[in-house]
Amino acid sequence: MKIGLFIPCFINELFPHVAMATLELLESLGCEVEFPMEQSCCGQPLANNGDSKGACDAARRFTNVFQRYDYVVAPSGSCVSHVTHHYDWYIAEDTAYQQLKPKVYEIIEFLQDVLKLEKLPKPVYFPHKVSIHQSCHGLRELHHASPSELMMPYHSRLEEILKLVDGVEVLLPERRDECCGFGGTFCVDEPELSTAMGEDRIAQHEATGAEYIVGADPSCLMHMGGIIRHQGKSIRPLHIVEILTGRGAGT
Amino acid sequence: MKDDSVKHPQATAEFLKDRAQAKWHDSAIWWVRQKRDAQAKQLPEWEELRRLAREIKAHTLSQLDDYLAQFEANAQKNGVTVHWAADADEHNRIVHGILAAKQVKKLVKSKSMLTEECGLNPYLEQHGIEVVDTDLGERIVQLRHEAPSHIVMPAIHLKKEQISELFHKELGTEAGNNDPTYLTHAARANLREHFLTADAGLTGVNFAIAETGGVVVCTNEGNADLGTSLPPIHIASMGLEKIIPKLEHLGVFTRLLARSAIGSPVTTYTSHFHQARPGGEMHIVIVDNGRSDILGNEDFYQSLRCIRCGACMNTCPVYRRSSGFSYSYIIPGPIGSTLGPSRDMKKHGSMAFACSTCGSCSNVCPVKINLHEQLVLHRKKAFEQNLLPAGKKMGLLAMRFLTQHPALFDLGGKVMRKVVPIIPESLTRHSAWSRAGRDVPPMPAQSFKELYQQRSQNKKDKEGQQ
Repeated sequence: MKIGLFIPCFINELFPHVAMATLELLESLGCEVEFPMEQSCCGQPLANNGDSKGACDAARRFTNVFQRYDYVVAPSGSCVSHVTHHYDWYIAEDTAYQQLKPKVYEIIEFLQDVLKLEKLPKPVYFPHKVSIHQSCHGLRELHHASPSELMMPYHSRLEEILKLVDGVEVLLPERRDECCGFGGTFCVDEPELSTAMGEDRIAQHEATGAEYIVGADPSCLMHMGGIIRHQGKSIRPLHIVEILTGRGAGT
Repeated sequence: MKDDSVKHPQATAEFLKDRAQAKWHDSAIWWVRQKRDAQAKQLPEWEELRRLAREIKAHTLSQLDDYLAQFEANAQKNGVTVHWAADADEHNRIVHGILAAKQVKKLVKSKSMLTEECGLNPYLEQHGIEVVDTDLGERIVQLRHEAPSHIVMPAIHLKKEQISELFHKELGTEAGNNDPTYLTHAARANLREHFLTADAGLTGVNFAIAETGGVVVCTNEGNADLGTSLPPIHIASMGLEKIIPKLEHLGVFTRLLARSAIGSPVTTYTSHFHQARPGGEMHIVIVDNGRSDILGNEDFYQSLRCIRCGACMNTCPVYRRSSGFSYSYIIPGPIGSTLGPSRDMKKHGSMAFACSTCGSCSNVCPVKINLHEQLVLHRKKAFEQNLLPAGKKMGLLAMRFLTQHPALFDLGGKVMRKVVPIIPESLTRHSAWSRAGRDVPPMPAQSFKELYQQRSQNKKDKEGQQ
């Protein structure tokens, strides 16, 4: 089983430790992982601003780069969702893409659904309170959890996988899955609103008494992190793979 | 009338300057979303109802011409006069024609977003007819010379103190008496006068049933019933998408409508109108006004399933923090942000970008419209029509190029990581990222690609040594 590691462009530049944690976690679970150097952006920012040509070219490039792998795994629900849920708007007729699509996984999905992870490669003790941040695309498109709007049995992938970690206390914010306001280029199209949404979200996470906001999408964590640093707050955003590898808050 | 020249980012930035008011607005509307959740949770078949509602509407839209013809024939059999209006102007002329023929001086109106869309009130006022909105929220915004800020709760942007002040000025209530019951009674007494002296009543239509030729109007205040029972003329204005095939389908929608809209199991009044009362007249005006164009568009036809419950507004984190007046189209929030750009991309294009694509709207929608996806599809049109700000378009074209040239993309990233830390904070403070209170992320010394290359090299070296 050969895995192509898909590291979204902004994670590559700004959150290399999240990418490294993902790689190390997969390798420590016995996976053969390759990181194709010719990858670039999945095209979501282009698509979300209406650039169909750019989105289409990016989708074809992604397909070309990753079609040779048995699985493609990335530590971002939003970018994975763009590939698996929105490329059809641009390259539905591309048979290579259609073959690739079911093989593309967000890291937590991959750990739970493909590797059927029941215990972590090495025991992790993380004696901290964490507040779960459900990122919108992971939640509502990848079904990471049952969205609060839908009347369905409750489930939450992040809560489930954190059961494998010792000592962690998992908390849920009020309005359990309200958007943090990042929204891709929305965050610079409407910075006042985006920041206001982020401030409200952070306050809800803080109110749980948590020390960390834990999520599976670095983009939301980056946005909330920027507000947290600006206001000098003590709560810290943390990507869930950093907990699972045992790196915890070390980076 | 609504200011249709507003641009969402600027209007919202302005709205957010009063954070206390904005937080109140957000909480007041979130409370309605919670009431909706509580009601939906009580029905084990909730998701099944949504699926059925979606399918009934989808089926109806696929044969809309047949159902409209059937509806018209059955309404005519009941003695109702049916009118067809291609656009807003024709709608207004038809309504005025009916009223002028009977020398109507005063019209009482129950809630109708369609007449807001058509600009009926100012049209009739220009022609010397007094129009009184009788829904309490509508009445409040009418007295303030404002447009509704929400399609179901038109005055949700106002606090009771503001309403007290308005009623003191307009209706002569006690200054400083903010008691909602007192204020409601004052509005009721005032409206009673108008009901009794009106010459005609106009209602919207929630559902029009092809099989029976009847229309159904849902209200919580009974104002539609008074407005159609006292004066001799009843005009019902409806968008052509309001049709459902049979009476037996209605229950699916009435079970969803009030629960989705305000978190009540049902509206207080669900009134069925089939014919004029003895000696009276009943007219139905069926309005297109751009709907046929939407029906013919494969990306956006789904928006015609909308039953105007407003649940998408109540759940929208953007709407709750920007209010209806930050949207240029008469219908705000997610559904307005697809209907507005469908009507006029140049005027309402900014609405399609007023969305973080969180997708909550699509999940609460009782007829399962893919709302957040429709907004992204509208952005495609905005891009193609060259309506993006020039700087943004340049940025996207650069991004498009770099995406195809990873080496240059990586170089750009490296430059960013090296340069950003040495730019003085005074220069970044006013950037779109930072200006509202968000620091730039720390810039790592190395990208993952660089780390990975090093790691691979180290591995090779190690293997070489062994």
